[in-house]
Amino acid sequence: MRALAVLKTALTGNYAVAHAVKMARPHVIAAYPITPQTTIVEKLSEFVERGELKASFVNVESEFSALAVVYGAAMAGARSFTATSSHGLFYMYEMLWWAAGSRAPIVMAVVTRTIGPPWNIHDEHNDILAIRDSGWAIAMASSVQEAFDLTVQAFKLAERAYVPVAVGLDGFVLSHTVETVELPPQEVVDKFLPPRNPDLPLRLRPGEPIAMGNLPSDDRIHAEHLKNIYKAHQEAKKLVKEIDSEYGELTGREYGGLVERFELEGAKYAVICMGAWCGDAKEAVKSLRREGVPVGLMRLRFVRPFPDEEVEALSDLDKVVVFDRDITPAGGILGREVASVLGRDKVVNVVAGLAGVDFKAEEFRKAVKHAIEGEERLMLL
Amino acid sequence: MSVRIDLLPKKKYVMPGNSACAGCGMMIGLKILGMALGEEAVLSIPASCASVVQGLGPKSGIAMPILNVPFASAASVATGISEAFKQLGVNGKAVVWAGDGGTADIGFAAVSAAAERNSDVLYIMYDNEAYMNTGIQRSSETPKGAWTTTTPTGKREAKKDVALILLAHGVPYVATASIAYPQDLYRKIKRASEIRGFKFIHLFAPCPPGWLFDPSLTVEVARKAVETGAFILWEYDNGEFKLNPPSSSLVDKKRRKPLTEYLKLQGRFAHLTEEQIRQMEEEIDHKWEFLLKFAQAASRR
Amino acid sequence: MGLALVPVSRPAPGSGGLTGTWRTLRPVVNLDKCIDCGICWLYCPESVIDWEKGQKIKIDYTYCKGCGICAHECPTKAIEMIPEAGL
Repeated sequence: MRALAVLKTALTGNYAVAHAVKMARPHVIAAYPITPQTTIVEKLSEFVERGELKASFVNVESEFSALAVVYGAAMAGARSFTATSSHGLFYMYEMLWWAAGSRAPIVMAVVTRTIGPPWNIHDEHNDILAIRDSGWAIAMASSVQEAFDLTVQAFKLAERAYVPVAVGLDGFVLSHTVETVELPPQEVVDKFLPPRNPDLPLRLRPGEPIAMGNLPSDDRIHAEHLKNIYKAHQEAKKLVKEIDSEYGELTGREYGGLVERFELEGAKYAVICMGAWCGDAKEAVKSLRREGVPVGLMRLRFVRPFPDEEVEALSDLDKVVVFDRDITPAGGILGREVASVLGRDKVVNVVAGLAGVDFKAEEFRKAVKHAIEGEERLMLL
Repeated sequence: MSVRIDLLPKKKYVMPGNSACAGCGMMIGLKILGMALGEEAVLSIPASCASVVQGLGPKSGIAMPILNVPFASAASVATGISEAFKQLGVNGKAVVWAGDGGTADIGFAAVSAAAERNSDVLYIMYDNEAYMNTGIQRSSETPKGAWTTTTPTGKREAKKDVALILLAHGVPYVATASIAYPQDLYRKIKRASEIRGFKFIHLFAPCPPGWLFDPSLTVEVARKAVETGAFILWEYDNGEFKLNPPSSSLVDKKRRKPLTEYLKLQGRFAHLTEEQIRQMEEEIDHKWEFLLKFAQAASRR
Repeated sequence: MGLALVPVSRPAPGSGGLTGTWRTLRPVVNLDKCIDCGICWLYCPESVIDWEKGQKIKIDYTYCKGCGICAHECPTKAIEMIPEAGL
């Protein structure tokens, strides 16, 4: 085999996503600017204008239209991409469900940001988690490299499962932070990601009359369709692992599928978290291990499909401490999701880092220790 | 040039036994769209009567490819289809078939953006002058004075002139049309489809249950709207504005039929007083004056 | 046509049922008065009138909703709307 040059460079998370999208060779990109997502689509429009990427870049008047444009493109057989954050994601809400209900293989980057009021552009996970029931697959990167890798992988997942995929990366913490990244050669990406089948989820071509979305003669047709979306997500669990392995063989980077496991060997306690701050959480775990606390960590790479089986494998542990960078009137979202698998007795839910407030390794260490030793079910930090 | 009736395609693009109301004006328009562009068009249809008239799946009452889409999204979805076809090398026309609500109200931002971008889309607004699919509620296209279920004593505000607003976007083609003049509509759709960029057709389509008239009168009502000057047929084609027959011979208001000939056919105007009708006539005169001045200003030739 | 992963519909008559049963008035053509102009075919919103120049018209009563546009628009009044109840 011919040795192919891997390009090692330094990029922000947003530029890494833009490079991944470019290497995936999309046909149509549409987006509306919103901080902290904006630099992804700025970079992509630059690629298109400079002729480095042969694609249509459509400037729209809203996020709703951004998703509507890439939806139309995806249904007509194109590989398509959009990106948003926070309020922009919420402005898309109706289209999100319609796209998933149409099995449109769209990829969207979600650069996570808190929801107002007040206006605040800093990091939080409420936005991406709020779309968890819409039928989208939802992944979350923990490094700039992974933001790149997940974006490439997302196209493959979307086009095999016929489920739209949201790739999350933490606003500013990843989106605007420069890290070193390895970009695989274009040939490797092309091999991993062949052109998509333009005739699924349906073939939309002139002169071939077919209608999608008119009223059903029997509501059971619709009901079966809804169950099929559930089944597609179950199938996606397997696909995520397969895709991660295949990508690993080609690039040397395999992450573990739906979750990444860290120091779980011999652990009595586990930390569960998602996103960039898992790096700090890992530091805390290492430090606690040095203190003799038998604790490991499971990082959720996907929240849809949810890694039920992987989380269930933690059921023999004494306690599982789930960190949420989000809050709802019922507590943390991930805390409740994990409790639905392991039961409430096993889970301590720590809600922290809201509205972009810093939460560092030392704070993780203290919180985990407190959670393990205490009796609390929910800690609001 | 008007196409001869016997030369129009005979293939059925509206299937018999669909879910439209008897005498639906919009269906006449869809038939003509099929004749003009049935083998080239891919339709985006937002929530509207047009989504319902297709009937119940797995059957479809319209023999063209259709993507049914959320209410406010059609202009943007069609843009995506159009860009996909361009990138994939597919020969096809992205067409929006949307009601007045989906166009002039909830979908207006997307329509305006598609026009401003000059996206390669043919957008046809069939105008039945209210939200008919939900049961006759007022839209910005409901004419002043008309009864709807949310304007029980008559609408107090004027009809929004969407076609002129689109013209002001600087798009290459804007026209009005009426289901009473199918050959004119056919020609306009054909012409619009030859042009690259954003094309807009405002199609007047009476609704028997919504306007409260007998379904046999759909074409008659549409014709009277034009003959009385209440609806004006015009076309703006790459910088040239012209009135189309029969509106082109109605610039002199003495040649227009009395407005009551249009109004008296419809229950939605039954409550109007003579004074209100006189005011409506004045407003129609004003609309003509405004249109002709606007047209003069807009014409590059 | 290939498979689809979403429910799709294909053109067929009767997507709204046997809509001829909606009819209270039936359009009946007097072919002696018909001048073969095609106006009724052009305006029929239901596509239930078949017409080719020289062959005059035929109405599909299975689906005709009886709106009466054909009768109203016919320039020679060759179509009459007859109450279904009396037939």
